[in-house]
Amino acid sequence: MMGKSLNLIIRNGHIIDPSQGIDGKGDLLVEEGKIKELSLDSSLGTQYDSTHEIIDAGGLYVLPGLVDMHVHLREPGFEYKETIKTGTMAAVRGGFTSVCCMPNTKPVNDNETVTEFILRKAYAEGACYVYTIGAITKGQKGEELAEMGMMREAGCVAFSDDGYPVMNSLLMRRALEYSKVFGVTIISHAEDLNLSSCGVMNEGTLSLMLGLRGIPAEAEVIAIKRDIELAALTGGRLHIAHVSTAGGVRAIREARKDGLEVTAETCPHYFTLTEEAVMDYNTNAKVNPPLRTDRDVEAIKEGLSDGTIDVIATDHAPHHMDEKLCEFDRAAPGISGLETALPLCLGLVEEGVLSMSELVRKMALNPAGILGMEKGSLKKDSTADIVLVDSHREFTVDSGEFVSMGKNTPFEGRQLKGGPVAVICKGRIYNMDNGILRDIQSFI
Amino acid sequence: MSETGQQLRNKDIVGIKDLSCEEIELILNTAVGFRDVLRRDIKKVPTLRGKTVVNLFFEPSTRTRTSFELAAKRLSTDVINFSVSASSVVKGESLIDTAMTIQALGADVVIIRHSSSGVPHLLAKHLNASVINAGDGINEHPTQALLDAFTIMEKNGRIKGLRIAIVGDILHSRVAKSNIYCLRALGAEVRLIGPPTLIPEGLIDPDIEIFHNMEEGLRGIDVVMMLRIQMERQDRGFFPTTDEYFRLWGLTLERLALARPGAMVMHPGPMNRGIEIVSEVADSPQSVILEQVTNGIAVRMAVLYLLSGRRG
Repeated sequence: MMGKSLNLIIRNGHIIDPSQGIDGKGDLLVEEGKIKELSLDSSLGTQYDSTHEIIDAGGLYVLPGLVDMHVHLREPGFEYKETIKTGTMAAVRGGFTSVCCMPNTKPVNDNETVTEFILRKAYAEGACYVYTIGAITKGQKGEELAEMGMMREAGCVAFSDDGYPVMNSLLMRRALEYSKVFGVTIISHAEDLNLSSCGVMNEGTLSLMLGLRGIPAEAEVIAIKRDIELAALTGGRLHIAHVSTAGGVRAIREARKDGLEVTAETCPHYFTLTEEAVMDYNTNAKVNPPLRTDRDVEAIKEGLSDGTIDVIATDHAPHHMDEKLCEFDRAAPGISGLETALPLCLGLVEEGVLSMSELVRKMALNPAGILGMEKGSLKKDSTADIVLVDSHREFTVDSGEFVSMGKNTPFEGRQLKGGPVAVICKGRIYNMDNGILRDIQSFI
Repeated sequence: MSETGQQLRNKDIVGIKDLSCEEIELILNTAVGFRDVLRRDIKKVPTLRGKTVVNLFFEPSTRTRTSFELAAKRLSTDVINFSVSASSVVKGESLIDTAMTIQALGADVVIIRHSSSGVPHLLAKHLNASVINAGDGINEHPTQALLDAFTIMEKNGRIKGLRIAIVGDILHSRVAKSNIYCLRALGAEVRLIGPPTLIPEGLIDPDIEIFHNMEEGLRGIDVVMMLRIQMERQDRGFFPTTDEYFRLWGLTLERLALARPGAMVMHPGPMNRGIEIVSEVADSPQSVILEQVTNGIAVRMAVLYLLSGRRG
């Protein structure tokens, strides 16, 4: 596998790197697969051009590779939905260079053997970097703690029972306490299962009208409030996954005001869609937590804008078509989100909810920071994880073009704007043409 | 039967909320003719000879299935009952596979009942055959509402302006939901009576009056429509016991006396005597419960006729 090493100059791009407070036109020099120099006076372009690959990034944004702290890669066990290979390719197509995979595989990633399996497989086959999130409890059953210490040593960057809450408050308390040994974050899937009962969509007039069982917003809000109290009690590091409600945003804002170091994420669908998307029993809009109301969408945007919500993650949840082409009640919840996330987020910039720099913070720097990963930055000597983004290109979402095996998107047919044109990651340059991966130049 | 040449807009009837007021009236008017057929000595017409109707029931049902079966037979169709037990779902055949199989057998109309809301809508999208919803989850049961409207119309001569109380588990009742849409479309004043756990106040159209007190709710009404109380609701904590439910919301003669004299009593069946309704009321002259059953056939004939006719 010996080849030329990755030396390149990215010229004339609009470089945004919140880790260094950079937001302006400039050049970026990469040598031996690492970021060597960043210049805002375009002086690099003339110095090195003979031995270096040159990319003209005129009219494009040059950003640190995006970091998605919440994806489901489905391997091991659910390879019919997605694999590490296809999931990471989808990540790259979406502009992500690092993803963190949740533990709800089969077997569950609740021990170091599974962690090692995923990391080894990802090292060999992954198009981008993969980090693992281990289960809080054995088998994600919410009954006894999993071997967090051993999983941490094997490489897990955080712990979560995502897909399920830890319903037992005492066990959640123990998890938050115990995790302090390793200084890692506990990611809470905040849902009071008794309240959500057998709900399949947001509870409201619409659920009544469709005859679908509802999940009240309070199922999330109460769980967030409980975990905030437990984090305050224990001093553990708490991160709230996929916030979908106005009440949830409010609870987190209050906690932060009180000085608690709690962080939170939301997903593109929660600031783009409302429960109306499930009209006509559209199973592709079935997701947990469910899509909410206009009021919640506005509150999520406010939370993003005022900094209450630190991270935008995709909660990429690919499913096989058979799991969506069925009764709404039985349909698997989740959205294949990696390949539509960036354009949807660029919509926030266009709307004025976030500046470009704040967006990059929420999609790269913050998730990396929360999980202690050395990613999300264009600082000198960091690995060359870079994404070039064209914010103008308009396109129509076509799940047939997804490289993810999961075609389950509620955004099918939607007109979107912007997306990656090239991704530099793991010593390769992925070139995209009209959103389709054109070629891969390998330098490893 | 529909001499005016009017037609339904869609090939399916999946819910009352998708029907216009004109379409509801078309069905009810068409049913009048079929009711007359049912009163003859020979209760069968050759209208839909050669058509195939399939009863596809994923939930046990005797009444609705029998009613549809008889309606289809009275129209001279070939009717097949296809009951799918929960076990064969577990065996792995998907809903779509089952439906496509039935289509391949040559069905013109598929009548479906399923415990999940939205299943008729899903099948309507995938099948060329007409789909009739015979009850989906907690969503709708359109033909029940149509037969109820027909019965009210037949007895009262009108629906517009009548005060109609629906009593019981509104939250989980597909009968109640279809009736609310249907009766309101036809201009009735609908009110709901029952415990707050079963009437989600904040979610219901604010124009609909809600009563938690049975006596207050019944005062002066023209029609009282009782709903069947499902025993499993007690287990899931929507009310403490059926005894207490009866005490607070059971329809007794004393309570019925609060309604307009001669007010109609309806129930979609099967009844829990002594829980939501006492026998003295169920069997009283004010009760039209058995007429509802008879009218069900006429209304279902009308629906089958209009959908098949539409397809030429």
